Amino acid sequence: MIQLQPFAPHIRRGRIAAEALPAFAQVVKEEGGRLVALWGSDDHHLGAGYALHVTFITALGLVWISADLEAPAPAHPDLAGVFPQAERMQRANFDLLGIQATGAVDARKWLRHKAWNEDEFPLRRDYAARAADGQPPRAEFDAYPFIRVEGDGVHEIPVGPIHAGVIEPGHFRFSVVGERVLKLEQRLGYTHQGVEKRFDGLDIATGARLAGRVSGDSHSAYAWAYCMAVEQACGGEIPARAAWLRALFLEIERIANHLGDLGYLGNDVAFSFGFMQFWRIKEDWLRLCEKCFGHRYLFDCIVPGGVGVDLDDACRTQLAALTLAIDAEVRELKAVYDEHATLQDRFTHTGVVKPQMAARLGLTGLAGRASAQAWDARAQFPQAPYDQLDVNMATARRGDVLARAEVRFAEVHESLRLIREILGRLPAGAIRQPLAAVPGVCEGLGWVEGWRGEVLVAVRIDATGRLDRVHPHDPSWQNWPLLEVGVLGNIVPDFPLINKSFNLSYSGQDL
Amino acid sequence: MIPGILLQIIQTLVAILLAPLLLGWVNLCRAWLQGRRAPPLTQPYRVLKKLFHKDAVIAHTASPLFRFAPYMVFACMALAAGIVPTFANDLAFSPAADAIALVGVFALARVFLALAAMDIGTSFGTLGARREMLISFLAEPALLMVFFTASLISHSTALPTIVETLAHKEFVIYPSMAFAAVAFWMVSTAENARIPVDNPATHLELTMIHEAMILEYSARHLALIEWAVSLKLFTYSALGIALFVPWGIAARGDFAALPLAFLALTLKMVVGGATLSLLEATAAKVRLFRAPEFLGTAFMLAVLGMLTHFLLEV
Repeated sequence: MIQLQPFAPHIRRGRIAAEALPAFAQVVKEEGGRLVALWGSDDHHLGAGYALHVTFITALGLVWISADLEAPAPAHPDLAGVFPQAERMQRANFDLLGIQATGAVDARKWLRHKAWNEDEFPLRRDYAARAADGQPPRAEFDAYPFIRVEGDGVHEIPVGPIHAGVIEPGHFRFSVVGERVLKLEQRLGYTHQGVEKRFDGLDIATGARLAGRVSGDSHSAYAWAYCMAVEQACGGEIPARAAWLRALFLEIERIANHLGDLGYLGNDVAFSFGFMQFWRIKEDWLRLCEKCFGHRYLFDCIVPGGVGVDLDDACRTQLAALTLAIDAEVRELKAVYDEHATLQDRFTHTGVVKPQMAARLGLTGLAGRASAQAWDARAQFPQAPYDQLDVNMATARRGDVLARAEVRFAEVHESLRLIREILGRLPAGAIRQPLAAVPGVCEGLGWVEGWRGEVLVAVRIDATGRLDRVHPHDPSWQNWPLLEVGVLGNIVPDFPLINKSFNLSYSGQDL
Repeated sequence: MIPGILLQIIQTLVAILLAPLLLGWVNLCRAWLQGRRAPPLTQPYRVLKKLFHKDAVIAHTASPLFRFAPYMVFACMALAAGIVPTFANDLAFSPAADAIALVGVFALARVFLALAAMDIGTSFGTLGARREMLISFLAEPALLMVFFTASLISHSTALPTIVETLAHKEFVIYPSMAFAAVAFWMVSTAENARIPVDNPATHLELTMIHEAMILEYSARHLALIEWAVSLKLFTYSALGIALFVPWGIAARGDFAALPLAFLALTLKMVVGGATLSLLEATAAKVRLFRAPEFLGTAFMLAVLGMLTHFLLEV
């Protein structure tokens, strides 16, 4: 029914008729796979109509299929019936491109917050930038019907998008009886910045800078995924040393984020000691990054064709020494967390996502591994240099806040070990190589296991070597709906803790 | 009578003026224990000064009650501070208000704050008010029981009489007061919105109890409430001192002992504040629905204290 061609290591590519999509998705589901990303493109300038792109992860690796959709009213059968995680992606796809998922249960808008009109689709080729004609969007009543819970004593608590702390904006609508949460509904999209539109027409180097800024805490993951896609498209190899340094940057980022989150988890139960200690360690870590690589969060260290900074011997020694010191300190702090009765009481059985639910709704990444969803691209589908590193995956079954904390602890130690191994085996040689000339219209798909989960960046480059369509995909797309599930039956004051244990990206999925 | 009135005025003023200093000290100790650089001791005064210089922002839906509540809360706390003997036992107000009235004064302040929180109509205000009422209706009986234990010993609910019995009569060890002391500590963490019941430093609006009620306040209103919060902490500390370590409080008419009494008060507050921050640094906040268990334990301990009094001390 469909021919899948090997496209890149662990990635297969195929085209399919739109009507056959649900059947194909069903097969993937029965084989134990899951849907990762769904996006669309307007291909009028290539002499086609619209296209829908879907990627699945299966036991074989990533499958990237595309379906041509007919203009002027592109539509495809709903996939959310098979993979519920597709629902919000389909809604966003409609807001941006006007691609309809026929038969979808939920057809409310998702990313559009009155910044453009209902009948306009910013990613379409014929979308005239409003800046040109100077017309503001029509005044419109922001009708977003939240799902109401009816009954005796039920009331709603609207929270956000502006919060008491300085965090990203998102709206949470709780339906509660007393303190118990009956339903939580999220509304996101407040940080929509038109990133995908911005990519259009950029040169490849600038695109790397933009890709890294999709979600700042996952800079290295996005930059690497983007560069991987571009290098795939151009058909270029990168020097071995560059690949190893990229893995180094990715693990550094993972550790920095995990340390921060472990501190925040302590802070959210008012255990400031843990907060201060983890953040002190994180600060040491970031300062060394700034000293060695010129940026605390390693911004723009990964560039198309390799990496932008090299590691000298002095820094290599310091980095190795610091990993040992942090290993010991984190072990000590874990003992403090483990033996703190109140903290353990707050963490256990809070925000539970059962493995069955996680599998059905496609929970992924770190949160998925805490609910027995054993997927880690570094271990199962390793790209260079992970194919030589032998990553140990950390998993847990309980799926509560404690499980997510424990997976973080395990991953911190594993990443510290990986860093020491990388530092010991770092091959010599060049760190960057110019990209091969663009052979014409070409495409690539980068796939990196970031700290939050798998980060995908799909890239299409036009014949002149400029970016034509770039779609960055954050694992938060799949995981936000699971937060709605995890909070059910918990009490309202436990929500911030549960939310923090997932720590999902707003900007990464609002784009 | 004249010295009584004079001492009453001085003592109330001392409480009002020095209360932010105690809060500053607690914050200082907490910062040290967490291994970070501490804000200056006078930080709470700076915050008050800053807030008094700002323009108040008030919601359109606010009724006069919302504006009035901060003054009421501050007045209640100032009154409460006047009832509790801190360094002198010769208080002119004491015949008018005893320990039970004190609980009533605290309750009055709370009712006004809760009403003001609901008046504004935001979900967080109502949420905080509801939680505050849940906590207080469990904390108040336990506090009363603590007072009753002390009252049974001294045969009076007037605080100066209690202090006189415990500090200025023959020295006796009261086992019942040990139970009462633990209960009192538990109640005062809940009443003062401290860890493990509430977290005064949080920015997570969904977890707040006390802070959720005052989210809509700004400028002078917020300053008064913040000041009242520090005054409440000071009053509770003074209460703890008066009930459990009253030695050093100057006896009625003993003016020569006043300087020493003031020194003793300072010392006790310094030690008390450090202990509070130590306990807070090692504790985490309990789940909201564990707070009733926590306060139930406090109530039970206070009752045990009373029973111990009848078993061992009568």
